[in-house]
Amino acid sequence: MTQTQEIIDKLQSLIGIAEKVTEVEADKSLVRRFAQAIGDTNPLWQDEAHATRTRFGGVVAPPHILTASIMSGAGIRPKVTLPFNRTVDGGGEIEFFQPIRPGDKIVSTTKLVDVRVKDGKTGRMVFVSFETIHRNQKNEVLAKSKATIINLE
Amino acid sequence: MPKQVFYEDVEVGQDIPPLIKHPTSRQLVMWAGATEDFYELHYDKDWADSRKMRIILHGRLKAAFMGQLMTDWIGDEGELKKITVSYRGMDYPGEDLTCKGKVTGKRTEGDKHLVECAIWTENPKGENTTQGTAIVDLPSKG
Repeated sequence: MTQTQEIIDKLQSLIGIAEKVTEVEADKSLVRRFAQAIGDTNPLWQDEAHATRTRFGGVVAPPHILTASIMSGAGIRPKVTLPFNRTVDGGGEIEFFQPIRPGDKIVSTTKLVDVRVKDGKTGRMVFVSFETIHRNQKNEVLAKSKATIINLE
Repeated sequence: MPKQVFYEDVEVGQDIPPLIKHPTSRQLVMWAGATEDFYELHYDKDWADSRKMRIILHGRLKAAFMGQLMTDWIGDEGELKKITVSYRGMDYPGEDLTCKGKVTGKRTEGDKHLVECAIWTENPKGENTTQGTAIVDLPSKG
C-alpha cells in the first residue's frame, strides 16, 4: 500500500472520532475589530441605546462573526494528517439558533464527519468535512456549522 | 436608516439591495488581525511573488461580506438564521466586489416568517466569485 493510501485510510478511520474543543470570548473588542475589518457599521453591534429598542433587546455580535477563523477555521478543527501539500477552503454553512451577546464565551466542539476522495483534472482531491456545535457559557446552542476543506494532489 | 422590511413586503424573485465593497490591502490586514487567519497569501507580496501567486481576499472575508449583505437588508427586527457559502473564484484587493442576492422562497414555520435567498459576489468583470444561500426570519405585520 502506498504511503498516500495509508494516510487516507488513517484519516477515514478518524471519522466520528477526531474531535477538538476550543473557546473564544466574543468580547466588545473582538466584535469592534471584526465589524471594523469588514466595514460593517450596523448600530446593532455596538450602540446599546439603539439596540435596546430592537428585537434583540441589546447589543449583539454580528452573526457572521462566526466566519472568523478563530471561530471556524483551522484552529478549531482537530489536527489530522492530510496526504497532499495544498489545501483550499471548500466552503461551508452556519445555522444560527441564538444571538451571540457581548461577553459570551463561545465553546466550539468540532468533529471530523466525512472524508471523500475524488479524481480531479490535476490529480486526486480529498474532501474533508467537519461539523461544529457552538455553545455559550450557559451551554445554550448558539450555532451549528459545517466546513469542508479540499486537499489537492 | 432604511425602512424595516416585513415578511409581507417581500416577493419571490425580488432583488436584495446590493452591497459594494472596496477591499484594500489594509482591510485584509485588519481581517487577519481580527480573525487570526495569518496566511501570507493575503498580505505578504514577496511571499506571493516568489510562488508566482497574487494576493487574494480571504474566502471567509467574502462570506462575512455576504453576511452583512443580509443583516443590512433585514434591519433591526430581522434575524439571520442560516448562511451557506462556496468559493468559485478569487478576488483581489484594489478591485470592487459587489454582493448581490435574490429572494427564492418564503414560508412560515411556527412563529417564524422565513425568507430564502440566493446570494453571490461579483467581481468587476461581472463574474460570480462566491455563491451561497441565506435564510432570514423577518418581522410580520400580523
